[in-house]
Amino acid sequence: MSDRPETIAAARAALRAGDVTAAELTAACLDAIAAAAPLNAFVHVTAEIARERAQAADALLRQGDAPAMCGVPVGIKDLFCTEGAPGQAGSRILEGFVPPYESTVTGKLRDAGAVMLGKLNMDEFAMGSSNETSVYGPAVSPWRAAGSTAPLTPGGSSGGSAAAVAAGLCPAALGTDTGGSIRQPAAFTGIVGLKPTYGRVSRWGIVAFASSLDQAGPMTRTVRDAAILLGAIAGPDPKDSTSADRPVPDFEAALSGDIRGKVIGIPREYRMDGMPDAIDALWQRGAEMLRDAGARTVDISLPHTRYALPAYYIIAPAEASSNLARYDGVRYGFRAPLAPGDGITEMYEKTRAAGFGAEVRRRVMIGTYVLSAGFYDAYYRRAQRVRTLIKRDFETAFADGVDAILTPSTPSSAFEIGALDSADPVEMYLNDIFTVTVNLAGLPGISVPAGLDGRGLPLGLQLIGRPWEEAELLDIGFALERAACFVSRPQRWW
Amino acid sequence: MTHLDYAEPEAPVIAGVKGDWEMVIGLEVHAQITSQAKLFSGASTAFGAEPNANVSFVDAGMPGMLPVVNEYCIEQAVRTGLGLKAAINLNSAFDRKNYFYPDLPQGYQISQLYHPLVGAGEVIVDMGPGLARRVRIERIHVEQDAGKSIHDMDPALSFVDLNRTGVALMEIVSRPDIRGPEEAAAYVTKLRQILRYLGTCDGNMQEGSLRADVNVSVRPAGSDALGTRCEIKNMNSMRFIQAAINFEARRQIAILEDGGSIDQETRLFSPDRGETRPMRSKEEAHDYRYFPCPDLLPLTIEQAWVDGIAASLPELPDEKKARFVREYGVTEYDAGVLTAERAAADFFEDVARGRDGKAAANWVVNALFGRLNKQGLGIADSPVTAAQLGGVLDLIAAGDISGKIAKDLFEILWAEGGDPAAIVDTRGMRQVTDEAAIEAVIDQVIADNPAQVEKARVNPKLAGWFVGQVMKATGGKANPQAVNTLVARKLGL
Repeated sequence: MSDRPETIAAARAALRAGDVTAAELTAACLDAIAAAAPLNAFVHVTAEIARERAQAADALLRQGDAPAMCGVPVGIKDLFCTEGAPGQAGSRILEGFVPPYESTVTGKLRDAGAVMLGKLNMDEFAMGSSNETSVYGPAVSPWRAAGSTAPLTPGGSSGGSAAAVAAGLCPAALGTDTGGSIRQPAAFTGIVGLKPTYGRVSRWGIVAFASSLDQAGPMTRTVRDAAILLGAIAGPDPKDSTSADRPVPDFEAALSGDIRGKVIGIPREYRMDGMPDAIDALWQRGAEMLRDAGARTVDISLPHTRYALPAYYIIAPAEASSNLARYDGVRYGFRAPLAPGDGITEMYEKTRAAGFGAEVRRRVMIGTYVLSAGFYDAYYRRAQRVRTLIKRDFETAFADGVDAILTPSTPSSAFEIGALDSADPVEMYLNDIFTVTVNLAGLPGISVPAGLDGRGLPLGLQLIGRPWEEAELLDIGFALERAACFVSRPQRWW
Repeated sequence: MTHLDYAEPEAPVIAGVKGDWEMVIGLEVHAQITSQAKLFSGASTAFGAEPNANVSFVDAGMPGMLPVVNEYCIEQAVRTGLGLKAAINLNSAFDRKNYFYPDLPQGYQISQLYHPLVGAGEVIVDMGPGLARRVRIERIHVEQDAGKSIHDMDPALSFVDLNRTGVALMEIVSRPDIRGPEEAAAYVTKLRQILRYLGTCDGNMQEGSLRADVNVSVRPAGSDALGTRCEIKNMNSMRFIQAAINFEARRQIAILEDGGSIDQETRLFSPDRGETRPMRSKEEAHDYRYFPCPDLLPLTIEQAWVDGIAASLPELPDEKKARFVREYGVTEYDAGVLTAERAAADFFEDVARGRDGKAAANWVVNALFGRLNKQGLGIADSPVTAAQLGGVLDLIAAGDISGKIAKDLFEILWAEGGDPAAIVDTRGMRQVTDEAAIEAVIDQVIADNPAQVEKARVNPKLAGWFVGQVMKATGGKANPQAVNTLVARKLGL
């Protein structure tokens, strides 16, 4: 399996050259998935769909002029609705739900000839940073700390996507990012994760967590692959009013690696107390690498950063409490067994109590509380004002000539599964401290693997770009990737 | 003059034990927007379809589904706003109203709380010739309807029909300017009339296209203060609206005169018992947790687009009524009757154009509408066309037929149709105006009745008897004026 192309670009080349067929590539991926059960990355393998699509892709490839993703196997986060394949959003409450429709994004991949291998593990309704809130049980990182066999989290909520790509089960996967759910797991597993500008990618057919923050994006081994995959899924969608009517540039063609003259902002508020030295050192090294590549780094201030996490944990649960109201046991998914005499209220209460896990219930309750009469102004409205200020912070920096902003992706490397079981939930929320600002401001952000910490675990650096300038952001990420030259791979133990 | 002058009527009072009371009433009218498709999904809005036939994935609240606003529904709401002389807000936004119910699949209704599409406007509610109540409109917002829960089909189960889920509604909110049950009914009637003129709501109350929540409070007569109100939900008939207000006002007066106070609450009217009762207890009161719908961008419309809609507005009832009075000289009452429905007004104008407006109004209102009402028909079903009725009027004006013959002719047209002039000719109904022919008949009558002639010379009133004989002899076709004149001359009166 070592000669199997591990990136989209390599697979594309091999498929076009006829060195490998989509069917062979798909079969190899399905074997790798079957052999990787301990990672618990894939939760529904759609082998039949995959084989059918591979065959179709091979036919298209033989005709020539096939799209970039044609024949490339991909894994899909369980949050996407895919026709005829189970989709549970990692939740018991959607038990048995098989959507009769295909999300716009996966539909675009399907139409481009990409091969869906199956659905990937995730935190329940994308609420979590460790994949531990999943009804399927946690996904496990292919990485282990030096000298340890303790299972590590691949991060979350797109933990299954990160584990699958990092373990080489598939060249690429789709994730979603509401507060860092693509970038944090990408950083934890040494892969590339891109959250596009809000509105760049359609949300139609993706189970909603927090509608004003959710955005789907690529999780890949390389920046080039992220560019290719983003190109395949981006674009306006008449079915999503929040998708932007903007042309989609050729992101891959924009990858020059030439960032001479670019101005990279280093935000002082992201230097947190108690930040591990390895993170701080990596951040400084990253800035150095970009300078070496010809960019100029400048210290900038994003003064409202410290309010981002609290604002996020008001806005996201508020939207979630409303978005998740539809899971009521009436029309689809799980319905709790009822006792004689139970009415509609009991059906709601029992179904939602048993169908949702603890973290989802917590956020639904937080969201319900902050929207309640008498609390709305104090919480939701104030959080929206904070959001505006955070957005303005970034606008000011970009208006001052900054092309992109460099930060750590996460405040630590991956932690052990169960490590935060007894901790205050806020400890888990702190994982998103560097990433939530980007969602609140609707900006594109990318995590690029940039080094290992003292325990041999991957660390990522985040680049934040101007809205709609993913091409430029990817190019700067491309330069960083080259300079960082991250080639480490997890030792296979599964 | 585009409007008729009017005075505001006195507020009706209810005599209590301790004094007179006045009712203060405001309405929230839910009007279904006339549109082929729902507000946020492409599903059909056709009434009477099989249960759950008109349901899209969006309407059913399936995971990952998103609303997309139907531009035509917005246009209809803007048209309505313009028709109510209201301010159109170029920037508005949708909010979610959250509550759990099986016929609300998303768990929220998309509505407009914070930034409605339409602002302040007015409705002039006619309360009789020269009298009208100006009711201010506070706002109109656009929202989606819920589905229907059916609890009486099975002893153990409830059923849900989502056909109506997501259908576009306008909620038209009035200020508390209405002063009694009759005014409330007249307000709904007038609003319905305007909506039907605009083509933005069919106003069908039986099918649920028009429903009203009625806010009622009372205060001592002459007071300007506002009392605590109760809201009576979901009224779908004019009769019930009036009965509910009557009951509710008296209920509140009884409490207040007893030294009690009114709890602000939502109530339901029971038509069987003729009374209102609380809809839910305080513990069950909803907290709708309104917040801006994150699936929809703020709604921004262009002034030029609004201007285009304004330019396409039809003439509205108030203007039309004033014009009928002015141009055709009809009474305000007749003008009101003629303009109740746009089609009827158009019919009248087709008849009246180039003819005597008063005569046309008389024929349309009394002869035609009277006959249609008797048979339960609408103007569109009229067997007599405007052209035919115009023909009748022309024959009268030309002196070809008398008013009496015209009524016979109308009956023939109603029953058999045909061209009025041709019918008059073929059936020999034409009025005899030839003086020589009439004189011959008169001479004969005089010759046959010498005794009567003697009497008539003493008592000139008896000339009428001769006129009657002449009309009888001519089968009613002799021109009555000519007969009168000639009889008088022949008798030497």
